[in-house]
Amino acid sequence: MIPWLIGIPAVLAVLFQFIRNEKARGYIVYAGAGIIMLTTVIFIVNWIDGGARTWMLYPETELIDHLMVAGDLFLMCLIIYLSVKYGKVLPIILSVVQTVLVLYTEFTADVKEGPHMLVDWLTILMCIIIAFIGGFICIYTVGYMKGYHNHHKEVKDRQPFFFSMLFLFLAAMFGLVLSQNLVWIYFFWEITSVISFLMIGYTRSEEAVNNSFCALWMNLLGGLGFAAAIALMAQLHGTLQLLEVVNIGALLPLMCLSLAGLTKSAQLPFSTWLLGAMVAPTPSSALLHSATMVKAGVYLLIRISPALEGNLVGIIVSSIGGLTFIMASMMAIAQNDAKKVLAFSTISNLGLIVACSGIGVEETVWAAVFLMIFHAVSKSMLFQSVGATENTLGSRDIENMHGLIITVPKLAYIMGIGIAGMYLAPFGMLISKWVALKSFVDSGNVVLVLFIAYGSATTMFYWTKWLAKLLCFHIPRQTVKDVTHKDEYVSMFFHAAVMLLLCLLLPMVAVWMVNPIIKDLFGNSTDVLSMSVLTTMAIMLVSIFIVPVAMFFISRRSHREIVPIYMNGINNGDNRFFMNSYGKNEHLYLSNWYLRFEFGRRHLRIPSIIMAAAVLVVGFCLVIGGVSW
Amino acid sequence: MVKIVFVLAYLILAPFLGALLDGVDRIISARMQRRKGPSLLQPFYDLGKLFSKEMIAVNNVQLLLNLSYLVILMIAGCMLFYGADLLMVLFILSTADMFLIMAASSDSSPYANMGASREMLQMMAYEPLTLLIAVGFYLTTGSFQVSDIIRADTSAVLWMPGLLVGFMFTAAIKFRKSPFDLSTSHHAHQEMVKGLTTEMSGTTLAIMNIAEYYEMILLLGIFCLFFINSTWWSWIAAILICAVIFFMETLWDNISARVKWKTLLYSCWVVTLVAGGVNILILMLDK
Repeated sequence: MIPWLIGIPAVLAVLFQFIRNEKARGYIVYAGAGIIMLTTVIFIVNWIDGGARTWMLYPETELIDHLMVAGDLFLMCLIIYLSVKYGKVLPIILSVVQTVLVLYTEFTADVKEGPHMLVDWLTILMCIIIAFIGGFICIYTVGYMKGYHNHHKEVKDRQPFFFSMLFLFLAAMFGLVLSQNLVWIYFFWEITSVISFLMIGYTRSEEAVNNSFCALWMNLLGGLGFAAAIALMAQLHGTLQLLEVVNIGALLPLMCLSLAGLTKSAQLPFSTWLLGAMVAPTPSSALLHSATMVKAGVYLLIRISPALEGNLVGIIVSSIGGLTFIMASMMAIAQNDAKKVLAFSTISNLGLIVACSGIGVEETVWAAVFLMIFHAVSKSMLFQSVGATENTLGSRDIENMHGLIITVPKLAYIMGIGIAGMYLAPFGMLISKWVALKSFVDSGNVVLVLFIAYGSATTMFYWTKWLAKLLCFHIPRQTVKDVTHKDEYVSMFFHAAVMLLLCLLLPMVAVWMVNPIIKDLFGNSTDVLSMSVLTTMAIMLVSIFIVPVAMFFISRRSHREIVPIYMNGINNGDNRFFMNSYGKNEHLYLSNWYLRFEFGRRHLRIPSIIMAAAVLVVGFCLVIGGVSW
Repeated sequence: MVKIVFVLAYLILAPFLGALLDGVDRIISARMQRRKGPSLLQPFYDLGKLFSKEMIAVNNVQLLLNLSYLVILMIAGCMLFYGADLLMVLFILSTADMFLIMAASSDSSPYANMGASREMLQMMAYEPLTLLIAVGFYLTTGSFQVSDIIRADTSAVLWMPGLLVGFMFTAAIKFRKSPFDLSTSHHAHQEMVKGLTTEMSGTTLAIMNIAEYYEMILLLGIFCLFFINSTWWSWIAAILICAVIFFMETLWDNISARVKWKTLLYSCWVVTLVAGGVNILILMLDK
């Protein structure tokens, strides 16, 4: 089954290069996404039917190894070609050094053979996320790209290329999460770096090119860390198995792998690339932020988390994660561009996940996995709804979403559910935050406790003001026509339904999905969610869903007279204009609060980058110097 | 059984107790300003009058959101008095506040919106400390469950005096007392009219007031947690000390002027860090 999982999207990716007809392409995307989901389901059923035991596959893979060498070389040549074309030096150096390092290691070092692929619960979870969320994002893209090119006439229509990249990304992600051999993971890792680079540069504007190269060099730096880890493991310990890295627990390779994970999940000081990635069309942001790319980073960190418990590397990883959590959430306050807010919130949430995996005990990893699931769904949904809103309103400024509930109610509801999923009470994010807080306290890390206390306050602020903006009842200045395509709604409704179901079935998800993952990783699993918490959960569900509905019916029965609002001037009747002291009509304009001078990027970005970089550098020095902890 | 009695007592008595405390607060404030002040039962008369008003509203959702605010607050309070998880109580408390913010901003009114924005800022200011309080109780007694916290051998305040001071400081926000009454206050006000509640009238405003009474009792309940231990007399001591704390909040209300938002945010955060953070650090090192 595994070759199919990777092969089908890859074949589809090639296919899209030859299909120029828009309608045919749409059908193939639907069919392709459907087949990928179906294959995944069959694969999972197959695996569970086989007893849901951990599978170790493919010990002998001579031919594929050679193909991967060719692939690595091809990627290197591609990077060199594009860097030369646009006059960049750094990516060439990084790419050549790491490719040479990996190839040299592969041909000279004497390593013991072992299985190249691994299937366990974590892999299964990642496959579900990739297939379903990734698949629906592809479906969304069909509708979105039509609207996008109607809006952006200046951008050359390269849709076949774009769809190829989307599907190739899914293929690479499948490969990445299924692989167990470091060289294989590295191969897929590099593919994801290069594809994200190509997708960010889709519009080929100057900004896009610069941002894509920024993403490239940062991810290549992570790749270099990965390559160094491979070389170290092969030379010093004679093995290339990811599981062995965890078992041996040598600090330096772990540190190098953590560096790779941190760059890919856009943690400070490397978060610039994810913010720059916003120039690409929205589906690529949705994909990078939810189902792929950044999830690859946290996936790797979760995989190695059992080896991080209580050692220096773990402390470094968790402090960088905690710092990123709070700094990114503060910077999100000052943004009024919806996509920027989403980007900062992604970085901040990933920070929490990284902090959890850095602590590396059962409870924190439990929380990390949970956060990952919820983040994937709600972030994908939010990006899609923001993209659709942008096509409809012609702007993605949160200020322009004033009263979206009146103008485009469907999108407002979807966005509202997404936002609620990111921070409100009964949704999983908050439960994971609760578990994380408890286990940070247990691990005795006071700094992280403070980070999470302040960070959740700032998180609350920026989501609440966005939500409040959506729910303003206000007669719109001009009527807005919802131009969202059916394909987009299909995907968004799917996500909304999944979000609500996840929320209702939270205990089941915990027992059937997350607990087995923890058992695989740590060998035993304690029930993190105790029964009393489950009853609390039920109460919360009631309070969020049932109370407002009940109150809706109660309040509807009361008769009331609708009156105009108070404006400290004469209200001209429809709550939009008032008469000022010169007797002129003035338009009412309400704006959110952004605290730019306090929380602006200008003030916080450089200090936080310096701080995180310092932690990282000091960490590397200590690890290389062999300081034990 | 006892737990059910507590919950019922909270549900039934909290609004009366809250209104009485409000009446006491008004009288004390008046005496501090050398006025006579209204009668003790004035808040009840006010509520009665609000309910008797003709229903007017600026939109159809405000009442619904206000009712949700009230009910969710009641749920949070019930959980506290039932002895449930303190952290969950705090989370639900902030969820309830969300509904109030939504209610205020749903009307697109300039003053209500300003109040809502300020309310969000206030939430951001006090939220870190409330989380730290829960952490403090967990470190002191080994449990987030209120029912375990009140059965401890010694009062938690011995271990967490810094957190108590911090909570007294930030509680002024929740009690809507000067100097932190930015979003709305109990007195008719100037630059922001009535903030959050500008567009609320009649029944809607009455519901908001009742919810505030529930919240007041809930907060005093959390104050009590600092003092209650397994002995019976600690309950009496806790209630007496809460009365003192309430008096001090009133005093502070009367001797200070409203601050700017920056002062509010930074002072709360600094107090949280210094009083709360250091307290937590010591607890972690010691326990």
